[in-house]
Amino acid sequence: MAENNPFPGENNTGHIWDDNLRELSNPPPRWWMIAFWASVLWWVAYGVLYPMWPTLSGNTKGVMGWSQMQEYEKGVAEVESVRAQFETQIEGMSAAEVLANPGLSEYTVASAKVLFGDNCAACHGSGGQGNAGFPVLADDDWLYGGTIENIEQTISMGRKGIMTAHGKILSDGEIDTMSKAIEAGNPTSDPNFTQKGCIACHGMDGKGMAVLGSANLTDGIYRFMPAEGESLLDSIKYTIKYGVNDVTEPKSREAVMPAFGERLSKDDIKKLAVYVHKFGGGQ
Amino acid sequence: MSETKKVASRQKAVDDLYEESVHWHLNTGDETIHAKRVGGYWRNIKWLAASAWLIFFIGPYFQWDGRQAVLFDIPNRQFHIFGVTILPQDFWMLSLVLLFLALLLAVATALAGRVYCGFFCFQTIWTDVFTWLEDKLEGTPQKRRKLEKAPLSLTKIRVKTTKHLLWLVISVLTGISFVAWFYGATDIWRDFFTLQASPVAYGFIGLFTAGTYVLAGYMREQACFWLCPYARIQGVMIDQTTVVPTYDYHRGEPRGRIKKGEPEEERTTGDCVDCKQCIAVCPTGVDIRHGQQEGCIMCALCIDACDDVMEKVGRPTGLIRFESYESMEANRKPMPLYRRPRVWIYSVIMALALVGIAYGLTSLAPLELKVIHARQPLFVLQSDGTIQNKYTLKLLNKMGEDIKVTVSAVGPKGLILVDEEVETNARHGKVTPRTVFVKVPKPNLETETTPIVFTIQGEYNGKILKSDRQSVFIGPRI
Repeated sequence: MAENNPFPGENNTGHIWDDNLRELSNPPPRWWMIAFWASVLWWVAYGVLYPMWPTLSGNTKGVMGWSQMQEYEKGVAEVESVRAQFETQIEGMSAAEVLANPGLSEYTVASAKVLFGDNCAACHGSGGQGNAGFPVLADDDWLYGGTIENIEQTISMGRKGIMTAHGKILSDGEIDTMSKAIEAGNPTSDPNFTQKGCIACHGMDGKGMAVLGSANLTDGIYRFMPAEGESLLDSIKYTIKYGVNDVTEPKSREAVMPAFGERLSKDDIKKLAVYVHKFGGGQ
Repeated sequence: MSETKKVASRQKAVDDLYEESVHWHLNTGDETIHAKRVGGYWRNIKWLAASAWLIFFIGPYFQWDGRQAVLFDIPNRQFHIFGVTILPQDFWMLSLVLLFLALLLAVATALAGRVYCGFFCFQTIWTDVFTWLEDKLEGTPQKRRKLEKAPLSLTKIRVKTTKHLLWLVISVLTGISFVAWFYGATDIWRDFFTLQASPVAYGFIGLFTAGTYVLAGYMREQACFWLCPYARIQGVMIDQTTVVPTYDYHRGEPRGRIKKGEPEEERTTGDCVDCKQCIAVCPTGVDIRHGQQEGCIMCALCIDACDDVMEKVGRPTGLIRFESYESMEANRKPMPLYRRPRVWIYSVIMALALVGIAYGLTSLAPLELKVIHARQPLFVLQSDGTIQNKYTLKLLNKMGEDIKVTVSAVGPKGLILVDEEVETNARHGKVTPRTVFVKVPKPNLETETTPIVFTIQGEYNGKILKSDRQSVFIGPRI
């Protein structure tokens, strides 16, 4: 073919059709070929250095011994080393001391978010805003006291307040009158408040007692917020009639804060106490 | 149309294509282009333009207020430019700077083609310096080609080694100078030689050394042909009114060598004497007489070469000159600048970008406040009947020292900012967060949301610095 090429001196391959239609041979530029072979070399080197090939018994490990898990663990260790300086300090301190230390309390607020999210947020909401049947942690109305020690104790020991169902003691009319007085923020205006023994738990002034975990009935903040479509008054009546955690009354409200003392470490509880205290209602 | 005619016309079409392809000289770098160096007007302009790059080398050594005048301090996320310090928060200005530069390239291209490529681009200039060294060491293009083919000898080794050493010195210097803008000029020299510099610094110096050496030493015009996107983008920005180096086809053709003894007035050829000097001096190896083409970086060296020849043969200069297609072909005067909408639009956008940058630089606040309202819960009823909102204040201090800052708030009647008297230490060059609680008696809230303005105030060098920010106070639905 080549000897009778009608287009001598041209870089055609000798494949010619229809007299003049021909295939030219234009190889890629040299620098392009250099780059091509360099990338092939790169690929080979990568395969030697890093995990690359699946085999029947696993995969090639690469001479660098690199693995994703190692990389991850290295990253975690780096974070831990930053945390360590704070963590060791917190270990030897009481929750109150952590709270008083601006650097440590800032660290705790930033880091305990995860602990709170894992253990507390399901009931109390991610920002301590509470949920139906679960108390708000961001306000300053505390059933068992709002000092850092109180909060720490609540988390570690748990709480289970009891209010007997008063449906048997009080008539519907009496419950109605009492509920209205409570809704108005003035429970002591109802003589039954003293006569029927409410004061035993809620105090002479109706402001509750932290030792018993009884609610303050004067401040407009309610442990049991009305359910959807229910009025506040009905909700108060229900609580009085059926009580809280009263085992003799099947319709009684349930209110249990589990004890976290066994589930979480002392330091974690310390941190959670600081975190909750910092929601804005700590005392 | 008869069958034979059809075949003939088809054959002609294919032949035309092949004929056209003769002019597609595809420069893929198989042969090094050894351009001849001729002095001249444009050559001088070119050196002058190139000297702007000296700033790249000496810029990092200037000082301002006890620190490097221009330092892009990436680890500390601070850019110092003379008296101004720019933090990441002000980075929107960078986008305006980039917009301005992009439009500057566009407007320059619309007016005079790829002048950036020909006169200012680092690829062109570094290549120019590298080939200037080559010319000094190895001699004229003919000698260089000869040396390339010559067998290995002591002279060849000596000349080549010197050249590559000098190239490497320039490359390393380029790398160090680049890193100096980010690392600190004195630090990089000390750390570089005491092997104390960070791996990143060494990495970048290595990258720039290798890049400079390969791109300016070997790739040269190939980078412009096949790597650079701007070369192609600028190609499409040129229009009929753009002034570019152009061969005067009407005056030059038919080209022909000067015949000995032929009187000038009797010649039948055009002004072009076909000496091919324009090709010889071209750093990208194109023949400008084929017209505007992708390889032309518009460095105007062919103009110098041609003028030189025209003077020698006693014909008027300017056979190759900066001229627009319009005035060359239509023989019209070039359209004045103010009649060209592209120039106007580009200029307006550039002006807007400049105004934005000027605004940004003049309104750089030393203290800045951002307010984030807590979302969960939006508000909390407190036992004293007030509604409490929680905010995170982000205090940004752009000054060089920490500032003690007090916070105040103005909003709904009876507002109480808890711990108002507590000062916060706003750390310098950083954002310091502070959580604050605001209480408002419930009866004072007339709407669900009420505006509230936070103000931070601090003292720095005897000057009172202030910054405020509006947010909302949220209460129960009324």
